[in-house]
Amino acid sequence: MRRLRYLEAMNEAYHQEMERDPNIFILGEDIRGNLRGETRGLLERFGAGRVLDTPISEAAFVGFGTGAAMAGMRPIVQFQIATLIYLAFDQLVNQAAKMRLMMGGQVAVPVTYTVMATGARNGLAGQHADNPYPFFLHAGIKTVCPANAYDAKGLLISAIREDDPVGFFAPAGCMGQRGDVPEEPYAIPLGQGEVKHEGSDVTVIAIGQMVAEALRVAETLAEEGISVRVWDPRTLLPLDKDGACAAAAATGRVVIYDDANRTCGFAAELSALLAERVFDELKAPIKRVTRADVPISFSAPLEQAALPSEAGLITAIRAVCGG
Amino acid sequence: MTIEVRPDMATDMYRSMKLIRRFEEWVTVLVDADEIAGVTHESVGQEAVPVGVCTALRDDDAMTSTHRGHGHIIAKGGAAPYMFAELMGRESGYNKGRGGSMHIADMSLGIYGANGIVTAGMPLACGAAFAFKSRGEDRVAVSFFGDGGVNHGLFHEAMNLAAIWELPIVFICENNKYAITTPIESMIKVPIHTRADAYGMPGEWVDGMDVEAVYLAMVRAVERARGGGGPSFIECRTYRYVGHYTAERHMKLNYRTEAEIEEWRQRDAIEGWGGRLVEAGVWSPAERAAMDEAVDRELEGAVAIARQAPWPSADTALDYVYAQSYPGLPARGSD
Repeated sequence: MRRLRYLEAMNEAYHQEMERDPNIFILGEDIRGNLRGETRGLLERFGAGRVLDTPISEAAFVGFGTGAAMAGMRPIVQFQIATLIYLAFDQLVNQAAKMRLMMGGQVAVPVTYTVMATGARNGLAGQHADNPYPFFLHAGIKTVCPANAYDAKGLLISAIREDDPVGFFAPAGCMGQRGDVPEEPYAIPLGQGEVKHEGSDVTVIAIGQMVAEALRVAETLAEEGISVRVWDPRTLLPLDKDGACAAAAATGRVVIYDDANRTCGFAAELSALLAERVFDELKAPIKRVTRADVPISFSAPLEQAALPSEAGLITAIRAVCGG
Repeated sequence: MTIEVRPDMATDMYRSMKLIRRFEEWVTVLVDADEIAGVTHESVGQEAVPVGVCTALRDDDAMTSTHRGHGHIIAKGGAAPYMFAELMGRESGYNKGRGGSMHIADMSLGIYGANGIVTAGMPLACGAAFAFKSRGEDRVAVSFFGDGGVNHGLFHEAMNLAAIWELPIVFICENNKYAITTPIESMIKVPIHTRADAYGMPGEWVDGMDVEAVYLAMVRAVERARGGGGPSFIECRTYRYVGHYTAERHMKLNYRTEAEIEEWRQRDAIEGWGGRLVEAGVWSPAERAAMDEAVDRELEGAVAIARQAPWPSADTALDYVYAQSYPGLPARGSD
């Protein structure tokens, strides 16, 4: 199988989908300039009319995407840094996400938001390091967070083909990841999680860039005789609730490993879901390993102290296993 | 006195303005009677602006409206029975009762919705205009907003997008002098229409109490947009005789004087236009009175229809959020 980097997989999805449907166009800041590689070659192939560089006007270009979608287009709106969604909050939450219901079903709003470098590390500091997908979930915006190159291509294609707004969060820690990626277009359906590692003692539900760390921890603990199952929801909304419950019930012990903030974060929602649905099958209280509820500091030791870590995950696993 | 528009168009414009005025008066009655819930913002006094603007549009042109949108919807072709039904929360309303006054929409008439957030419709209209342009269609978009909107960041962002991409769009600022209670002259240092200069687009102001002046300015702007000449900005100076929202008249606010309101009433667009059409020989006073009567009957009928309309079924409360649904989405409030 051919191996591609995560960003190359995104690039291939962009090319193949724009080739397939002339109503798809992409816009955002520095799209033509191709900062990281995921928009490479789009301008040359599809021309300036379908590959738009925008002014630094996040609210307007999100609204622009909504209006174009209402008029029959299928825009891809790219945010180069995840925290830029805050600039467009009304247009995302109050307009795009609500438009169809407010209009009694008269319109569909088929927009894809590619949210790049979410959860960045290594000194990005307070305003560039957030992992803000819980805001999308709270607003009811369909959201995917692929953890590897294969999932990135398949879920990006599904997001683009979906007739509703979809947020595609590309974790900073995954963007350099390499993996097997088929050349032909393929769609991974929304709402389907995946067992990334079989195990029988404890289930780690990991999201985005936490998946690779959870897999490393699984290898480490296997040497100690702890068998760790790693389940990746891949889509956060619609959530594969049956898959989550099955993953939890398979071991009876659950640690949720999420790089978003703790309070009202995705881990909190998952934890509530499992407590409601599979409480009787749990052998220990659910544990969450998340970010602290604190803006990320610049200085390395402070940054690391606020982020979820493999060491923290291992501690939590030992705790739920009664160690 | 002569008029520049065709006689049949002239009487249609009168009828449309009258319909808006009477519609808004009905809204007040229905709000007071608790037949309309929520918050409604009437546009009594401002009728010449939506009618002048929308008379220059085709059905397939796009329009975004504001919280004070009833006039825009009617002028763009909205039908009173469906509007009243929407305002009353009924299933037969334009939005099946999901939107109400501030979200009323009809995509088949190019009405991309009233909007409860100031200037939020501006980028939506830009996006629609882009869709038309990129598909090689000669349709245009128009976006209404108030004087208060011109200090919103989204105003700046959307005006600039329209200018740099030469979008077929017309921006209509309805300057009714007050952002709720705040006099606009205390919030901006330049005449509003001159803001257009900063974006490199033509801007002008017109007497928003003169439906013909609004229409003629709009015709020029629409021709420019359809012909590939890009966006335009028109400031229409107008006035609302009534409060920011229905209940304001019970509140004894003092941000403006009765004398000021009366001064604007003396320049009433409907009275002015109706009289001009008599002077121009378009119709007789009796013909005008007959049209007034017909409008009254039409709205009485529309209210009666809406009052009989069914309520939405409670088991559809979670419908229409998504075009593609999945099990368990959207989540209910309890299992």
